Amino acid sequence: MKFTIQVNEGPYQHQASDSAYQFTKAALEKGHEIFRVFFYHDGVNNGTRLTKPPQDDRNVVNRWSDLAAKHNLDLVICVAAAQRRGIVDDGEAKRNGKDATNIAPGFRISGLGQLVEGAIQSERLVVFGD
Amino acid sequence: MSETKKFMYVNRKAPYGTIYAWEALEVVLIGAAFEQDVSLAFVDDGVYQLIEDQDTSGLEMKNFSPTYSALGDYDVKKIYVEKESLEERGLSIDDLQHLTWEDEDEDYAEKDSIQVVTRAEMADLFAESEVMFNF
Repeated sequence: MKFTIQVNEGPYQHQASDSAYQFTKAALEKGHEIFRVFFYHDGVNNGTRLTKPPQDDRNVVNRWSDLAAKHNLDLVICVAAAQRRGIVDDGEAKRNGKDATNIAPGFRISGLGQLVEGAIQSERLVVFGD
Repeated sequence: MSETKKFMYVNRKAPYGTIYAWEALEVVLIGAAFEQDVSLAFVDDGVYQLIEDQDTSGLEMKNFSPTYSALGDYDVKKIYVEKESLEERGLSIDDLQHLTWEDEDEDYAEKDSIQVVTRAEMADLFAESEVMFNF
């Protein structure tokens, strides 16, 4: 089955990102297709490479990046939500005059149309959040 | 992308306390460009999103409630509000904004967008939808 995954909450504060990751990983292992993972609301905070969780805890951000590298996943961060919360790539930094970037490997910033397209193109949209 | 799906945007939270309501509305507005069969549902505290005469001046937050009245222009004509959710909060349809859309086929006659439906009817609407966006 073809899925699009929506992640609505940030890392550590809320289990939504963990559950989304576990679901995505399990679906891929079962041979399903993940069309896209879309990060919205505080979910965009899953895409900053600047986190440094304690060593005895899981690394939520790196886990997404590693999964993306392994399975060629499309991890998309909503641009409007990212601008509010300070998730920045090179293009955004240039456009908005910011002096740094923080996007993690494997993520890209794009518009809400990517979520709607994912919902249309996939057989299931699965939403993780409150 | 000519495929048309039945979209259901479920709004469950009050505005301003969290950003879900406002960012949900942003998805609806962007999604309108994809010309899908769109419905909106307002349940639980989500019914507060449609209260008329909202004043956020004391909050220093943008009052985004006028945006709902633009939905008709985005071809969003089906807005379902759950009866029980209104009643549980001491509200009725008279407390909500009057939202309309213009019917091109009837000389742009103004028609009501909001329908109050029971919880059981809402469940049927959810079951019929193909894509559920949850906010």
